[in-house]
Amino acid sequence: MALTGISSLGQSDPKGGSHTRTPLQRFQLPVKFKPIGLIPFFGFVGLFLVWPAISLFRLAIQPTKNSDISAMREAITGDYLDSFIYTIKLSLLTALLGVLLGSLLAASVLRIERPRWFRNFMTSFAGVAANLGGIPLAFAFIAALGTQGLITKMIDYFGINLSDAGFRISNFAGITIVYLYFQIPLMFLIMVPAFNGLRASWSEAAASLGAAPWQYWRYVGLPLLTPALLGGFLLLFSNAFSAYATAYALSSGGARLVPVQIRFFLQGNTITGKDNLGYALAAWMIIIMLITMTGYLFVRRRAEKWQQ
Amino acid sequence: MSALEFVNVSKSFGDVNALNNFTIALEQGELVSLLGPSGCGKTTALRIAAGFETSDTGSILLGSTNIISLPAHQRRMGMVFQSYSLFPHLNIRDNVAFGLKVRGVPGDVRKKRAGEMLDLVRLSDLGHRMPHQISGGQQQRVALARALATEPHVLLLDEPLSALDAKIRVEVRDEIRRLNRDLGVTTMFVTHDQDEAMSISDRICVMNNGVIEQIGSPRDVYNNPATSFVAHFVGSINSLPRGNTRVLIRPENLVLATHGEIAQWRGAVTDITFVGAFTKISVVLDNDKSSVSVLAISSQIDHNIAIGKNIGINEEIR
Repeated sequence: MALTGISSLGQSDPKGGSHTRTPLQRFQLPVKFKPIGLIPFFGFVGLFLVWPAISLFRLAIQPTKNSDISAMREAITGDYLDSFIYTIKLSLLTALLGVLLGSLLAASVLRIERPRWFRNFMTSFAGVAANLGGIPLAFAFIAALGTQGLITKMIDYFGINLSDAGFRISNFAGITIVYLYFQIPLMFLIMVPAFNGLRASWSEAAASLGAAPWQYWRYVGLPLLTPALLGGFLLLFSNAFSAYATAYALSSGGARLVPVQIRFFLQGNTITGKDNLGYALAAWMIIIMLITMTGYLFVRRRAEKWQQ
Repeated sequence: MSALEFVNVSKSFGDVNALNNFTIALEQGELVSLLGPSGCGKTTALRIAAGFETSDTGSILLGSTNIISLPAHQRRMGMVFQSYSLFPHLNIRDNVAFGLKVRGVPGDVRKKRAGEMLDLVRLSDLGHRMPHQISGGQQQRVALARALATEPHVLLLDEPLSALDAKIRVEVRDEIRRLNRDLGVTTMFVTHDQDEAMSISDRICVMNNGVIEQIGSPRDVYNNPATSFVAHFVGSINSLPRGNTRVLIRPENLVLATHGEIAQWRGAVTDITFVGAFTKISVVLDNDKSSVSVLAISSQIDHNIAIGKNIGINEEIR
């Protein structure tokens, strides 16, 4: 009897015995009332996500004035279709370049062991740069690479004229460069912990088994990094897809990006009677994000098969 | 000709001399343990052999070839780590077959060979599982199978049992010894655990501060320690006064004096620990207050012995 008493004392309740409960856990609801705890969550989702989306789509499927096709159809024709293609191309390109360059930057910074402060400095800098966007960033780039920008003038001094070469800070190449300013640091921040998660002994095990460095990356490193790379790509894509202020300021409102187009409708700066075209553009943006997200979840599940 | 030979290998990290003129030769099929406290250089020696660490001077001979400048992936050394280090995204069979895959062995041959290796470590029915779905002991046996699948010149084991619990540790230890004997693979085993080294090795190389203190059979190292460090590190030992000097005597070589017998040393019992067949009796000597332990056969102990009681101790005459 004494022994059973001791063993029951010594065994810890895996769900946390009464003496290890946090104050919050002590006030637990009976099991049948537990779903009540989810009300704030569903309330939030309903109020800020589902309800706006439903009203958006309701307005978007109505036809515009003097037209017999729905705004949704009209939003993927002519200039609007061009806008979508332009925005998707810009988002894909800056996301791809961001993933590539951000990952390479993370890999090379992690290889630098001295000075010790350098890694922390880079992480802090990336944290700032990844969140720097909008008007200040656009202004900084106009001051550097605009027609009268400092770097433009300096390069001009050496006989290279950016304008003659077809470069404008407001055109596709220009916006791509400015977007990379926050896309690369964002990817850097995602990849630093991912690279740190690769154990040194995996690469040593691979080497002792005869794998050359490229074979280690091909068969071990990259497969293990794939979830982080995919997640980073999606984040960068949606980051660029919904970015607006930077492009707007760079082009003084002329950029053909979808978010900039939506702004025209918000301002009422458009042909009367076409208001719901704005809703339709927003609705298409949601659809594109949903498609991207679903594709991502599908690919990620395959990439993470080994974790389940 | 030795299977693996270190010749005057030295390595320092900054001011620290991790390895100093390390020289040892392993015969074909031999299992040699590098034994010593942490920081003694044993792991550094192993990592230099594997090619993960560069040496400052010296050479490493595999047969008659100096491999010191060869990159790790061209050395054909099988390595097993303390942390198992199976590839988490590959199932057990693919982990075992990894070395064959990077060598370009065709798929069906790989699969067959991986199956044989899993048979060898008696895990053939776990091939489809993922590493996180099997226990630590099983993971380490898979790591052994993976390292042996490519028929390495030498098997290098870096504290392979340290992460396992006591019972599994003995199982995997015996498994390593069996594989070493059955396959005749030359094996270098790094450990800080003297019992482990004693039970598994053909020879033990005791190291301290980057220097070899003694190389010998387990029996040799235990019974004839070359230095005071070896005597203290391998097994437990008492230092007792005799005349103007001190003598080192192992606890099992001391006996309790019977009633009326003249004792070489006398002291008060401070602790009695019963460990089954043997009982450890701790004593503080009367003359210099040094602590001594005596390992006596439990069934032969006088039942009157108790903590605080003064007893006599003699060196066993053999």
